[in-house]
Amino acid sequence: MEITQQDVEKVAQLARLAVTPAEKDTFAKQLSQILTHVDKLNQYETMGVEPTLTVMGQVNVFREDVIHPSLPSDRALANAPERDADGFVVPKILEER
Amino acid sequence: MSLHKLTLIELHRKFKAGEVTAAEIVRAYSLRISQIEPKVRAFVTHTQESTSVQAESLDRNLKSWRKTMPLSGMPLAIKDNICTDGVLTTCSSRMLQNFVPPYDATVIAKLRTQDYILLGKTNLDEFAMGSSTENSAFGPSRNPWNLQCVPGGSSGGSAAAVAAEECAAALGSDTGGSIRQPAAFCGVVGLKPTYGLVSRYGLVAFASSLDQIGPITRTVSDAAFLLGAIAGHDPLDSTSIDRPVPDYMKSLQKRDLKTLRVGVPVEFFTEGLDPEVEQAVRAAIGELRRLGADVKEVRLPRTDAAVAVYYVIATAEASSNLARFDGVKFGFRAKETKDLLELYMKTRQEGFGPEVKRRIMLGTYVLSAGYYDAYYGKAQAVRTLVCQDFEAAFKEVDLIVTPTTPTPAFKLGEKSEDPLQMYLSDVFTISVNLAGLPAISLPCGFSKAGMPIGLQLIGRAFEEEIVLRAAHAYEQSAQWHQKRPTIR
Repeated sequence: MEITQQDVEKVAQLARLAVTPAEKDTFAKQLSQILTHVDKLNQYETMGVEPTLTVMGQVNVFREDVIHPSLPSDRALANAPERDADGFVVPKILEER
Repeated sequence: MSLHKLTLIELHRKFKAGEVTAAEIVRAYSLRISQIEPKVRAFVTHTQESTSVQAESLDRNLKSWRKTMPLSGMPLAIKDNICTDGVLTTCSSRMLQNFVPPYDATVIAKLRTQDYILLGKTNLDEFAMGSSTENSAFGPSRNPWNLQCVPGGSSGGSAAAVAAEECAAALGSDTGGSIRQPAAFCGVVGLKPTYGLVSRYGLVAFASSLDQIGPITRTVSDAAFLLGAIAGHDPLDSTSIDRPVPDYMKSLQKRDLKTLRVGVPVEFFTEGLDPEVEQAVRAAIGELRRLGADVKEVRLPRTDAAVAVYYVIATAEASSNLARFDGVKFGFRAKETKDLLELYMKTRQEGFGPEVKRRIMLGTYVLSAGYYDAYYGKAQAVRTLVCQDFEAAFKEVDLIVTPTTPTPAFKLGEKSEDPLQMYLSDVFTISVNLAGLPAISLPCGFSKAGMPIGLQLIGRAFEEEIVLRAAHAYEQSAQWHQKRPTIR
């Protein structure tokens, strides 16, 4: 599978990852090489084979809907890069009216 | 005898008998670490100072009620992707360079209840992505047997710390071989438990359907001892399985391997396998036979697909799991960004290293519209075929024996420029994670250059007891674990 620099750009946008022109070039080459190896999966016939979604066969695991103690907000905010008294601070996402 | 020479169980017995105090243990290991660590660089964070205080209070308390649990006073090192309340947990990434978890992983909570001693957090490939620790944002760790060689990865710091006697035992995590491969490279024992046996709560997620935490130790019985302390159902991890935890130490008592059927998969003994590794592993298989095992050939025909399946599934899961590192709630944040989108994009660009970016890109690609079925769907189906191979083989045998790695430890820098070559070095360990099985690596000899060689024993799901029993019987008969590195 040949990955172009345009493919890299598109995927980087999806992954919310800024890439430099040099990275675009490197990733295009490396991803092409890795996906060429991955293409060998097509040698295996999988018609009618169930995908492995959970390896030990677990399905939904339910619990009672009860309230447990949770982290106090001060501790939850302690690692925030930027915060105010009781919230995380991020750049403005809405335009001024 | 120096305390750092003792195995975990020997140290536990001395501590329990009151022949040594926690403070003495901490002093002995602090000294050892100060001598060895500049060469090996196994740790990201040292916690000796807080540890000394903790040890003294433990000693005071023990005097008053003299009741020790298995891990009381035992000096352990923990891989730095396992959350420790109040102690830096970096995943060897710039992204989490300043992250101090506000909670303990379940395995840590269990050890803490037993009053274990945390000596420090060990180095890894960034977010556990790699096979050499060269992807650590803080520089690579070294192999204690030869400082020019890698310790393996991603739990390379933990394996190096155990081999260099900088801790009595350690915890690692294994997604595609990250416990077993560094254990093999460093000449120690590494156990990846069955998927679901040990809680993943508080393990920073890489590939959730593959990750497991497990022990890295100097002997098989130490691995059994430590596994017993961390295993068990946890409501905080919905993939952990609710079943009783057996007494793993008891499983070691039966020494002969009569009635044990051992399979040797022909697919693991092909080109690419280093002749010295093959020779050591064949000799170990002969030893298992002498111990009474019934050895026969088995087939795992889809082994060849495992690396490709893994690098689709693991990267897909990683791209999703690592979406949380966005510079908002914790971790690194890029400076001077004009809007939220730019904040995400630049934070992730500056916070992640090259291998993590590569895997996020690959994972995002295989999950993206138009490619999902061709890559992710296909890999999930071939994963089923890999599992079926093991199911068929385990109808004929109770245990599968293979080399852990195709070669002994390679030199620093030897493979770091070629990601595919690095991925292919995990070929013998990856299929075990895809099938969720338990597997151990233990030493089975040395190359002419003096580097350790690892033997891998793979069992049926939740049959850790058989894996440990066979490994222990081999270890006690072969005695490779007695050989320790001279660090220079």
